[in-house]
Amino acid sequence: MACPRPVAAPGGATETVQLAHGGGGRAMARLLDTIIRPGFADPELERRHDGAVLDIDGPVAFTTDSYVVRPLVFPGGDIGTLAVNGTVNDLAMCGARPLYLSAGFILEEGLPLAMLRRIVGSMRRCAAEAGVRLVTGDTQVVERGNADGMFVNTSGIGRVVAAAPIGPSSVRPGDAVILSGDIGRHGIAVMAAREDLGFEMPIESDCAPVAAPILALIEVGVAVRCLRDLTRGGLASAAVEIAETAGLAIALHESSIPVHDAVRAACELLGFDPLHVANEGRFVAFVAPEDAVRAVEILRLHEVAAAAAVIGEVRDGPSGIVSCRGPFGVDRAIDMLSGEQLPRIC
Amino acid sequence: MCLAIPGLVLSLSDDEPVLRTGRVDFGGVIKEINFAFAPEANVDDYVLVHVGFAIAVIDAAEAGRVFAHLREIGELLTDSGEP
Amino acid sequence: MKFRDEYRDPTAVQRLSEVIARTVTRPWTLMEVCGGQTHAILRYGLDALLPDDVSLVHGPGCPVCVTPVDYIDKAIEIALRPNVILASFGDMLRVPGTDGDLLTARSRGANVRVVYSPLDALALAKAAPDREVVFFAVGFETTAPANALAAWRARHDGVGNFSMLVSHVLVPPAMRAILDAPGNRIEGFLAAGHVCAVMGYEEYEPIAARYRVPIVVTGFEPVDILEGVLLCVRQLETGRAEVENQYSRSVRRAGNDAAQTMLREVFRIVPRDWRGIGEIPESGFGLAEAYRDFDAEQRFGAVQVAAEAAGPCIGGLVLRGERKPPECPAFGTACTPEHPLGVTMVSSEGACAAYYRYRRAAGGER
Repeated sequence: MACPRPVAAPGGATETVQLAHGGGGRAMARLLDTIIRPGFADPELERRHDGAVLDIDGPVAFTTDSYVVRPLVFPGGDIGTLAVNGTVNDLAMCGARPLYLSAGFILEEGLPLAMLRRIVGSMRRCAAEAGVRLVTGDTQVVERGNADGMFVNTSGIGRVVAAAPIGPSSVRPGDAVILSGDIGRHGIAVMAAREDLGFEMPIESDCAPVAAPILALIEVGVAVRCLRDLTRGGLASAAVEIAETAGLAIALHESSIPVHDAVRAACELLGFDPLHVANEGRFVAFVAPEDAVRAVEILRLHEVAAAAAVIGEVRDGPSGIVSCRGPFGVDRAIDMLSGEQLPRIC
Repeated sequence: MCLAIPGLVLSLSDDEPVLRTGRVDFGGVIKEINFAFAPEANVDDYVLVHVGFAIAVIDAAEAGRVFAHLREIGELLTDSGEP
Repeated sequence: MKFRDEYRDPTAVQRLSEVIARTVTRPWTLMEVCGGQTHAILRYGLDALLPDDVSLVHGPGCPVCVTPVDYIDKAIEIALRPNVILASFGDMLRVPGTDGDLLTARSRGANVRVVYSPLDALALAKAAPDREVVFFAVGFETTAPANALAAWRARHDGVGNFSMLVSHVLVPPAMRAILDAPGNRIEGFLAAGHVCAVMGYEEYEPIAARYRVPIVVTGFEPVDILEGVLLCVRQLETGRAEVENQYSRSVRRAGNDAAQTMLREVFRIVPRDWRGIGEIPESGFGLAEAYRDFDAEQRFGAVQVAAEAAGPCIGGLVLRGERKPPECPAFGTACTPEHPLGVTMVSSEGACAAYYRYRRAAGGER
């Protein structure tokens, strides 16, 4: 059995993650001291306790997500920005002001420490931008080959500020469906990077925090029935999930759904439908019809939702069905796909 | 079969025909495409691209023919008293 | 995008729809051959813009659909071997073999890579000289030249660790087989525009003459498809049976000479088995003698195509245009994209999957 204790390279520390870094001993302490804690720079982390003790009064929203992406760094972001913004956004979807995050890392043996530093740095910047604090976390190391470089889990806590419950069960026939911006950027950006497609294109991931426009809606008293951030599965999956859970129908208008020209071109090349492509900084909001115009105005004041638009409405039935009216006036059914879209030739 | 889309030829390499490549703009995305099957293509032509290959140079005059036909049809419809 | 957006113009579509309605005086059954055309028809709802008298039947124009299950099984077997990378177009990854598909094989340890172009597969081989790279070369005539070039380059550049598992099929023999079938209802064809961009349309002229069916070479955008339908229906109404070229901006009668030269160099015509149809003589491409060294069947064993097992799936009848998906008792119940019983449901180009995705809402069955 090989000795797992890392041998320091001449002139300095080892350059990559080693199994010992997850061992709970000196190597791990050094990793936390030199990269993780200074990277996040939060006083709660400096207390070096098993958990963070926080003071929150009122209803609390709690969410968790794990992040797996290849490549770790892509145009417009990295796994760190995904991990922070994704959880911040999930809290916002609950009508909550995001407050605190935890970060759990599963690092693959051999991951360059420079990459870890970069990701930690991204997470800190995103957390600062989103106004949240990263107060607790965990680090594990697995053998080479068992993680795509790294996996990240973030859990988040927020203070619910919405007066009425926000969720599919609050959705009613007649509600307006508002989309916060153009779709498909993240999925195309990541796929182009991962599959080495050789695309020259201006598309970057739309990964961004969306709590601010949502809180703005809630603060002015817009009747927000439901919120959903669009992630894997795209707009289609979000709409279908909500329609099925609410037991109602959703009718969309294709011409109202914004798609950036380059995303559309990439989708045409690969044979993708933009409705099914992943996003990271986009959401749909279901609001009372009388509030729709005001809601769009408020959203458009925020850069991340500058292209917000009404894209459809909720109907009585058929239950669980999402339809989309095309450019020639014909409706087609929109369903979730069985898996990720793959580039096709036919 | 299938998925082939038009693109504008931005530049072409100097290689012999079977190895020739070019940068093609698909309306926001630019990709390098193989021109082995479009030896007659020039910069500023539009080509039809399938699996990374240009398989035809698009004929603009013929493209217009469809719309000439449509104008004829439009007149047909108007002649019969439709608005 | 020029040469694309103007063929999606709603006014033009509306106009064509009206003229078709005025032209038709009795029922006609047409077949669009290509899966890409099926996709466009259902995605834009073009069939809903046609009068009831015009029935569009979806043909076997999906190479995914017609690839025999034995080729899928072979691809999986090859992919599971150590030190082998199987490169494939995305379309093939979810096509069911006897026991799973290429995607599930990946979870069993198979090294399967999706490529956009066959040259990407060749590049993989060059980048990994210690591995065998096998490219799953499927498709109709549209894709054949690109696949041929990959083989040509492999030979020219001496890439010894590259081979191709070839299952290419040709359109005209399939059309003849459909027209020869006793239950045939097809009275006119929209021929596959991109296949014809490569091959031209001379070979359809004897078919039109022999079977007395109009054949209109048709493109893939809404205006193209509706214009193709109009031209076809006009021929039927006036008793003509000719080959017409709607897609003249991309298709010439003689086709693409450079592409055909490469095809003649690398491939030879062979019999092929079509899933749901059976063996059709001289209906596919295999590698020519000079390229046999790059034949994966030579390196990894020949594919034995067995007769198809019986089951509730009527995919074969759907592929031949004798049934529409909603006519299948399993459609939408036992058979859905989540648990497909046959290839026409699993492939996103399959008629059944396309119907399921686009037609389930608001009872739009046609």
